[in-house]
Amino acid sequence: MELCSFLTLDSFITDPLTHDFMRKALLMSSLVAAVCGFLSSYLTLKGWALMGDAVSHSVMPGVVVAYALGLPFSLGAFIFGVGSVALIGFIKQKSRVKEDTVIGLVFTGFFALGIVLVSKIKSNIDLHSILFGSPLGISLSDVKQTIFISLLVVILLSIFRKDLMLYCFDPRHAKTVGINVFFLHYLLLTCLSLAAVVGLQSVGIILVVAMLITPGATAYLLTDKFDNMTVISVLSAIISSLIGIYVSFWFDLETGGSIVLAQTFIFLFAFLFAPRYGIFKLKKLFAGYK
Amino acid sequence: METINYQNFRIEAENICVDYNGKVALYDANLRLQPGQICGLVGMNGAGKTTFFNALTGFVNISKGKIRINGESVRSAQKDQTIAYVPQNEGIDSQFPISVWDVVMMGRYGSMNIFRSPRESDVQAVKNAIERVDLTDHLSTPIGNLSGGQRKRTFLARAIAQRASILLLDEPFSGVDIRTEKLISELFIQFKNEGKTILLSTHDMIHVREFCDLVLLINKTVVAYGETSEVFTPENITTTFGGISPDFLFGPES
Repeated sequence: MELCSFLTLDSFITDPLTHDFMRKALLMSSLVAAVCGFLSSYLTLKGWALMGDAVSHSVMPGVVVAYALGLPFSLGAFIFGVGSVALIGFIKQKSRVKEDTVIGLVFTGFFALGIVLVSKIKSNIDLHSILFGSPLGISLSDVKQTIFISLLVVILLSIFRKDLMLYCFDPRHAKTVGINVFFLHYLLLTCLSLAAVVGLQSVGIILVVAMLITPGATAYLLTDKFDNMTVISVLSAIISSLIGIYVSFWFDLETGGSIVLAQTFIFLFAFLFAPRYGIFKLKKLFAGYK
Repeated sequence: METINYQNFRIEAENICVDYNGKVALYDANLRLQPGQICGLVGMNGAGKTTFFNALTGFVNISKGKIRINGESVRSAQKDQTIAYVPQNEGIDSQFPISVWDVVMMGRYGSMNIFRSPRESDVQAVKNAIERVDLTDHLSTPIGNLSGGQRKRTFLARAIAQRASILLLDEPFSGVDIRTEKLISELFIQFKNEGKTILLSTHDMIHVREFCDLVLLINKTVVAYGETSEVFTPENITTTFGGISPDFLFGPES
C-alpha cells in the first residue's frame, strides 16, 4: 500500500511531484494563496470578512453565465462581485434593514441564482468543482487566466499598498489630504472580486472566504507591524496550501477542505501560542525559564 | 460699500447644510476664522460637531451653502493639504498594526509620489514633528502600546508633519494625561504664533475659556458665535444644551 512509501519524509514530498497534475496544483494553489493572503491583511484590518463572504458567493452566477457565453469566467465573476456590493449599498440606503442582514440576504440570493442557473444551462460546468474547488484538475486556459489575474492583483496591491493601509486605518485623513478614497474603496472591492475568482479554483466558492480572512487573522495575532503582517499572511497561506494538497493526496481527502483546515490549524496555533497575543503567550513561558 | 476680501479668512463657511439620506444633521451654519485664531466648537453629542468637521474636510458633501478654505474650494484645500484633522481617540482603531513613525509619515502622503516613498525632506519633517510632541523615544512603538495621551500626541505630530495651516481637533483634551494637556496647550500657543487656525471641539468648558479666542455654540445650527468673553454665557450654554443649566452640567461657577 501507499502507506509504506511515506515512511521517509523524502518520498512523502517527492512522490507526488512525479505527477504532472500535482506539480500544477501545487504551483497554482501557492500562487492563489499568495494573492488571497496578501489581500487578507487588508480585509482583516478593514473588517470586511462578511463583505468577503458576500462577494465570494455572489460571483457564482457570473461564473456560470460567463461559461455559458464562452467569456472569461473572471469577467462574469467580476461584474457580479462588484454588482452585489453595489446592490448591498443601495438596499441599505433605501430601506431600514440593517447592514449585516442586507449582506446575508443579497449574497444568498446571488448564490441561489448561480445554483439554479447551473441546473438550467446545459454545459460542461461541473457544479462540484465550482462549489468545492478542483486544484487537481485545472485546465491550461484556466492556468493562464489565473496567472494573469493573480499578477494583476499583486501589482495593484503593491502599487497602492500604503494608500490602502491608510484607507483601512484612517479614511478621513486620506480624504483630508486629497487622496481619492472612492477609488481606493473600489480598488479594494475589485481586488476582492478577482481574488475570489482565482481562489474558488483552489478551494471552491463555499470556502474561498477562508482564504481571504484566515491568513490575515493569523498574521494579526503574530505581529504589530503592517509589512510583517502581509508577509506572514502570505507565507501562512502558501504553507497551508502545500500542506493541504499533500495531505489530500496521501489520504485521499477533499483538497479544498484540506487547504482550509490547514489554515484553520495554523490560526489555532497562533491563537494559543502567539508571543504577545496568544492565550499562553509563548514569550512569557520562555522568559520563565531564564 | 464694504467689500470682504475672502483671502483674509482661513475658513469661510456660509449657510452650510448637511443631511444624511434626508436626515438633517446641520443647517444654516456660518463660520469665519482668520489666521491665528483659535475657536472652540461646543455642543451636545449629535449636535453636528463632527458633521461640521466632516463638511470642512470634504468627508461629507454639503447639500447647501458654500465653504471656502483660504479663499479656495474644499477640493483644492485637500490637494494643498491645507487642513489637518486630529481624530478623537475613540475614532481610530488603536489595535491597528502601525508604529508612531508610520502614522506621522501619513501626514506627508498627500505630497508624495504614488508609491508614497518618503524623500529626505519627508523624513526630516516627520522627525521634527515627533520631536515637537516629545515622542522621540517611541518612534517604532506600535500605537496599541501607547497611552491615550501619547496616541493623541502622535496624531498631533501627523498634523504638524502635514504642515497644514488649519487644524481641526476633535476632543483634543479627552482622555489625556496632565503632561499631554500641558504640551498641547504649549503647542496651541506656538501654532497661533505661526498663524495657524485652530478649530477644536470640546466638552470641557474650562478649556474653552482658557484657549479659545472665539466660540461657536451649535445645536444642529449655530446658537451663538463670537468672542468667548461675550458669547460664552450661561444663557447661551443653556440654550445649546437643550435647556439644561450649565450649573447642572459643569458644577456651579465661583
